[in-house]
Amino acid sequence: MADPITQVSGRAYPWGAKNIDTDIIIPAHWLKTTTREGLGKGAFETVRAVPGNIFDDPRYAGAPILIAGDNFGCGSSREHAAWALADLGIKAVIAPSFSDIFSGNAFKNGIVPVVLPQEAVDRLVEAAQDGEVTVDLETMTVTTSYQDRFEFALDAFRRNCLIQGLDEIGLTLAQDTAISKFESADVKHRPWISGRGLDASVAV
Amino acid sequence: MASRPLTLYEKIWADHVVERRDDGTCLIYIDRHLVHEVTSPQAFAGLKAAGRGVRRPELTLAVPDHNLPTSPRVDAAGRPLPIADPESANQLAALRANVAEFGVPYIDALAAEQGIVHVVGPEQGFTLPGTTLVCGDSHTSAHGALGALAFGIGTSEVEHVLATQTLLLKQSKTMEIRVDGSLGFGVSPKDVVLAIIGKIGAAGGTGYVVEYTGEVIRAMSVEGRLTVSNMSIEGGARAGLIAPDDTTFAYLKGRPMAPAGETWDKAVAYWRTLPSDPAAVYDAVVKLDATDIAPSLTWGTSPEDVVPITGIVPDPDSFADPSKRVAARKSLDYMGLEPGTRMQDVAVQNVFIGSCTNSRIEDLRAAAAVANGRRVADGVRAMVVPGSGLVKRQAEREGLDRIFTQAGFEWREPGCSMCLAMNPDKVPPGERCASTSNRNFVGRQGPGARTHLLSPAMAAAAAVTGRLADVRDLMGASNG
Ligand code: SF4
Repeated sequence: MADPITQVSGRAYPWGAKNIDTDIIIPAHWLKTTTREGLGKGAFETVRAVPGNIFDDPRYAGAPILIAGDNFGCGSSREHAAWALADLGIKAVIAPSFSDIFSGNAFKNGIVPVVLPQEAVDRLVEAAQDGEVTVDLETMTVTTSYQDRFEFALDAFRRNCLIQGLDEIGLTLAQDTAISKFESADVKHRPWISGRGLDASVAV
Repeated sequence: MASRPLTLYEKIWADHVVERRDDGTCLIYIDRHLVHEVTSPQAFAGLKAAGRGVRRPELTLAVPDHNLPTSPRVDAAGRPLPIADPESANQLAALRANVAEFGVPYIDALAAEQGIVHVVGPEQGFTLPGTTLVCGDSHTSAHGALGALAFGIGTSEVEHVLATQTLLLKQSKTMEIRVDGSLGFGVSPKDVVLAIIGKIGAAGGTGYVVEYTGEVIRAMSVEGRLTVSNMSIEGGARAGLIAPDDTTFAYLKGRPMAPAGETWDKAVAYWRTLPSDPAAVYDAVVKLDATDIAPSLTWGTSPEDVVPITGIVPDPDSFADPSKRVAARKSLDYMGLEPGTRMQDVAVQNVFIGSCTNSRIEDLRAAAAVANGRRVADGVRAMVVPGSGLVKRQAEREGLDRIFTQAGFEWREPGCSMCLAMNPDKVPPGERCASTSNRNFVGRQGPGARTHLLSPAMAAAAAVTGRLADVRDLMGASNG
């Protein structure tokens, strides 16, 4: 499980690009790994192939925040996208919207997906050219070294998990009685769910 | 009125709530879990590290698909051939070791039933109406075609489902996408879903579960419905749904993992209660008229970049949205296309018929009907990759393999193949591919590859003409 996070502060990649899909974040040929580590090398590979790209700009080297456009993380469900960002040192992404799957994956890997309106994102892209950005989970604000201040919202449960660095699986396993109760009622209601063919291996 | 009218989605949701939190988040029971080699190794590693097991291995089914080469898997003597890429081989071996260690049902690469997870699930009767079904793959939305609430999850969620058979979820909004009328000559389910995405946009369904309704959907086979629901995710929706009906039940009856006997009857009785109540209200409604849908394809690098085959490459300046103008310019640059070019004048060097969108038997029949008696154009590499070993056998029984090979298509072993180019099947840089897959993203079919998404019949038409072609012109004419 990720370390607890209350604040992410520092330089931010002032990118603002729209519809950044998971193939751009981490191309498919990086998915052959069987571990979570080391994917930062492949992050934004096609973007970084272009000289003068934002990710190799020394001004933003090691920035913990990425500012992007609408629909960030669209495309595949690969959690490798979140692992790649985490390995690159990114702890928060700010965008007007995120794909549902990506934002779930981000949370689980200690990356805060911050949704702000387009105008606020435009302003942050500007401010981040030479200023610093702070994402604060206590006050639920994004601030800059230029006195900007934007409020954002996060799901209360997820915010709590981030702040405390909680393990979701452990939390769910604590509900074991409720799950077992559901299962014993359901087997009467829908007996076909654990039905035929599923108890034996198919063809090994 | 005893209770509020409900949508199909709301009914499935209500039957799977294990626990509801104050903030509305629910712990949802998961009935079916498909596992493949790419997104599972870190999940199994997580279980091992925490000393946890798989709660209900019998509700899980693992099958390798993404990495497998589509070249022959056994030599002349029937001995398994090694996989050349060591990383792919390693990932495939990790899946085999993990399913053995955790007791998860598994279809091996060499089994006749092997195929793409989203083809195998329905084919085996593993996918059932009214179930919750997940897989670490975004095109899990396909299974919604049978009325299952099915969606892609990340690897941490794969681990969560393996350990607890549940997921923490917030209820989505609902969107009805209604397609009425009847489809014109040469118009396929792929054209319907491309038209839908062209209309709502690549982010139009974000936050929604989409339910496809209307005469066109009702008239479709389960195979066609799978094509439509498969691409829900390309419209931003995490899941698509199609109400189960007699077509669904006829498709499922007798499948190896479907219920049988008395249990089957009970299941059907339950499934009949699932369709949305007539007065149910959706949060959004989108309507399309089937007569407006032509054989279609994409011109850019987002699945929303759709035009009819009779259309032209759009001028970026014609878009009202400034950010769309910028995106279109970049797309055209990557795709090597000039605004105003007739789509039918664009030459292709590669044709890919396959992927979980369009690799079922009906897709191969539609492509073979166009290929029959014709020849793949000079300078074009065309491959057909069946969605599963069973689809491949069925096609071979029907003689489709001979139609394809005589026309000059490659007839290959099942898997994801050129859909995402994780195996050796790649489109060379700068070359153009007419593809029946679901994503035309930059580099999706290999670095620098230029993808046009279209239907199997349109792909076959592109193969035999060497350019993007209107399949209706070939369907009218006699073959050869
Ligand atoms: S065929 Fe393509 S989209 Fe379908 S599961 Fe395989 S890689 Fe994903």
